Amino acid sequence: MDSLLAIWSSVPESAQLITLTVAKILAIVIPLSLSVAYLTFAERKVIGYVQVRIGPNRVGPRGWLQPIADAVKLMFKEIILPSSSNKFLFVLAPILCLGPALAAWAVVPFMDGVVLTDIDAGLLYILAISSMGVYGIIIAGWASNSKYAFLGALRSAAQMVSYEIAMGFALVGVLLAAGSLNLTQIVTAQQGWVWNWFWFPLLPLFFIYFIAGVAETNRAPFDVAEGESEIVAGFHVEYAGMTFAVFFLAEYANMILVAVLTAIMFLGGWYAPWSGLLPESALAIPGLGWLLSDGPHWLLAKISFLLFLFLWFRATFPRYRYDQIMRLGWKVFIPITIVWLLVVGGMVIAEVPPWFA
Amino acid sequence: MANSQVPNFFLALPEMWLLLAGCLVLVIDAFGRGKDRNTAYLLSQLTLAVAAVITVAMATDIRIFAFNDSYVSDMMGTVLKTFIYLVTAVVFIYSRDYLRERGLYQGEFFVLALFAVLGMMIMVSAHSFLTIYLGLELLSLSLYAMVALKRDDSDATEAAMKYFVLGALASGMLLYGMSIIYGVTGTLDVGQVAQRLASASEANNLVLAFAVVFVIVGLAFKLGAVPFHMWIPDVYHGAPTPVTLFVGTAPKIAAFAMIMRLLVEGLGDLHAHWRDILIVLSVLSMGIGNIVAIAQTNLKRMLAYSTISHVGFLLLGILSGTENGYASSMFYTLVYAVMGAGGFGMILMLSRSGFEADKIEDFKGLNDRSPWYAFMMLILMFSMAGVPPTLGFYAKLSVIQSLVDVGLVWLAVLAVVFSIIGAFYYLRMVKLMYFDKPVETAPLRANLDLRAVISVNALSVLALGLYPSALMNLCIVALTQP
Amino acid sequence: MGVEQILFYVFGAILVFAAGMVITVRNPVFAALFLVLAFFTSAALWILLEAEFLAITLVLVYVGAVMVLFLFVVMMLDINLAPLQEGFTRYLPVGIVVAGIIVAEIYFAVNAEHFGLQAVAEPVRHAADYSNTRELGRVIYTAYAYPFEIASAILLVAIVAAIALTLRAKRQSKYIQPEKQVIVRRKDRVRIVKMPPEREEPGTS
Repeated sequence: MDSLLAIWSSVPESAQLITLTVAKILAIVIPLSLSVAYLTFAERKVIGYVQVRIGPNRVGPRGWLQPIADAVKLMFKEIILPSSSNKFLFVLAPILCLGPALAAWAVVPFMDGVVLTDIDAGLLYILAISSMGVYGIIIAGWASNSKYAFLGALRSAAQMVSYEIAMGFALVGVLLAAGSLNLTQIVTAQQGWVWNWFWFPLLPLFFIYFIAGVAETNRAPFDVAEGESEIVAGFHVEYAGMTFAVFFLAEYANMILVAVLTAIMFLGGWYAPWSGLLPESALAIPGLGWLLSDGPHWLLAKISFLLFLFLWFRATFPRYRYDQIMRLGWKVFIPITIVWLLVVGGMVIAEVPPWFA
Repeated sequence: MANSQVPNFFLALPEMWLLLAGCLVLVIDAFGRGKDRNTAYLLSQLTLAVAAVITVAMATDIRIFAFNDSYVSDMMGTVLKTFIYLVTAVVFIYSRDYLRERGLYQGEFFVLALFAVLGMMIMVSAHSFLTIYLGLELLSLSLYAMVALKRDDSDATEAAMKYFVLGALASGMLLYGMSIIYGVTGTLDVGQVAQRLASASEANNLVLAFAVVFVIVGLAFKLGAVPFHMWIPDVYHGAPTPVTLFVGTAPKIAAFAMIMRLLVEGLGDLHAHWRDILIVLSVLSMGIGNIVAIAQTNLKRMLAYSTISHVGFLLLGILSGTENGYASSMFYTLVYAVMGAGGFGMILMLSRSGFEADKIEDFKGLNDRSPWYAFMMLILMFSMAGVPPTLGFYAKLSVIQSLVDVGLVWLAVLAVVFSIIGAFYYLRMVKLMYFDKPVETAPLRANLDLRAVISVNALSVLALGLYPSALMNLCIVALTQP
Repeated sequence: MGVEQILFYVFGAILVFAAGMVITVRNPVFAALFLVLAFFTSAALWILLEAEFLAITLVLVYVGAVMVLFLFVVMMLDINLAPLQEGFTRYLPVGIVVAGIIVAEIYFAVNAEHFGLQAVAEPVRHAADYSNTRELGRVIYTAYAYPFEIASAILLVAIVAAIALTLRAKRQSKYIQPEKQVIVRRKDRVRIVKMPPEREEPGTS
């Protein structure tokens, strides 16, 4: 152990920094990729049960190896480049889709202090980075040189830009409530049990943020960008093999991102639902005490619940018509958020307990 | 920051009232869709009237600053703002029938005009480069939209496009100049810029001269001084006549204020730098404006070139660099706004559904059709040409006087020569009205309010011409305020 | 040369390259994408200047919203590039001369002699806990409240103008209004008329 430390300290400082950072990034990205893989499995299982089917159950025990099999299949498939498509952009598009979905994780705190980069304007960073995901879709649609792909790209571009506004306003509400743009401070502003979290004072913003998140990720019932029944598969109709897999990865990574942000901003992040209520002695019980006290496992639980909602929506709701999506975004969500911002402002000034005391 | 308290909003009450009222008109008009637009019209007139009352009531003898010195309330501002309200109200009266007959009688026209007025007010009382620029943008943006309001007309759309592209370019130039000045002085406040310039080192002179060039190019674009005048004829011609009337009158008052705040108050110490540039601009403007106007067959285009030449005159007073010069320029601007309103108002009065009355020959034999209005037009044309005893004569006289005072006699002579050339086309209008046979024989059908206001407008040009000292004294008082 | 300087030159080079490509590349979609790159790198430069709020806002507003809509439009337009490029070579010499003169003038006026560290004091470096966003917010709502309000009025005018110029009152699409459908009664739609035959039935006579 000592010899390892000696080797470590002999490395120059800048190299130490780079190694550490890369290690941290890997510590986030590898579990994330695994979660994505198993989220697809969960989706098929959940939707299966909702529709009174069993879902995948052939590969491995109870079908647990299904995602691995899918990944292997996609990796070995040929990547088809359509003729007279723009080759460079065609390949770049999936990467542009995945990049922001991963980059946003840089500021996500898992625990007080456990975060890759603790920047001051974290919320803004999240907004800026997530607004760039749309480029992947637009470029994919355009570079494919296919009218279905192009239609899908146009729909998705307009939809994402529209919902970003409502989403941004919802985040402004959070920023007002927490008095900070830093995600760690937003969570610590909600310290306490369920009632102290921001979901209640910001209830309309909470719903709007989550629904807008569903729309931003182009998930059902807002998945007109794919719209199988109308435009085949939308923007990624021409993609196959690994390029397709990256789109897939990006979509699910974005879902997890939306879920984690919702959990952090409205559902108290890593605080347990009874945080601060239980006596110290209960938390000292070995095993159970850890489970009952605040920690990343609560964040994980909240994320899982929100992800389940995503799957539930998909199994339940029929797809929105395009003009209805636009109407909902512009004429319903944006006015509601603006009105609620005033309410939040009033509550902050009045110092309504327990949130703004 | 030193001044990070909540600022004193009260001083900007006229601006706040106009913003609020503009929003109200917008909402009331939007929810009153399908009914006639008279509510929007009446509310807009009411807004202007109330704004005028507030502005006059708040007038003070001393200059007061607010908002971290980016807002100034002074006599010049009060006078200019009052004239802006007046001219805009007159524009509204003139435009009503024209707009109604062409399906343009929409709330948007009035709302955009009100916001343009707000932009002008901000420019007039701006005391920081930032507010000057923002006011200018608010004004320009409203005007671009108003020019394009007749959206199915290719002339109007083209005019709006040219106006927009060149206007954006000019804003860029202005901003670049301002940013260099900020780089040298480290402040955007007009007063502080003046202070820093007074103590600036010699080494910075080159940079400042460079910045002044950009600022003046931006200003010249907005004013339409040659060689940055290309947009004026097209915009005046292409825009619906009421919009031309608006673009050609009130914004000139605001532009004068902008020059005063930027060049005189802010960069007064660089007078030597900007004087020579302004001389070139004004000589070219007077020359090209007056000579090209002769060749025009469209009255709107002719008035556009006449505007260019008037801008040349306006610059003459400013470049003289004396209090009297500034006052005569201010006088000239106000007079021009009143004359311009009358001139375009006549076009609006003669026009009717399907007939624009914007050709010069449409005025042939106006005397046979209506001697009274031919006489009104005669007064306006004489005034624009600078024939005594009309107001235009005194405007030109005072500007030339101020030039002679600072020893620029050659420039004064040149100005006189150009105005004699210019007199040709104004007097040609008079000849057409009195000595030619009418082509159009239809009687004039304008509303009573339009007829009354246009008569008052033209007669005031004559009456004030007989007693010019009242308005002139107002200008001098406004500019010599401590 | 420190890391910051290296980064500055790298980003600066990318920015100049991207900006150059915006105006020289033939395909308008590529031009728009290079513009996105240019915005992005200038945001990076602003971060080097410790203006992180502005940098992120630049990305958020320009990259995230404005350019998306721009691309949206550019992709849908079928621009024929040949006529646009006509005369490019003819005007090129004049353009180069004018541009060269302007660049030279700018260089002589705006150079290190006038804006270097001797002429202008070095800006103060802030500690890591200095919040750019908070400071900006503080001055915007106090010292710069007036310009800030004017900016909002400008945006309002932009909205009004855009709607006034594009909204067509008559809509061509037809909507079904369920609430009107359900209140329809038979008598609204069907009228039963009894009338005598207009013509003798064949065979009766």
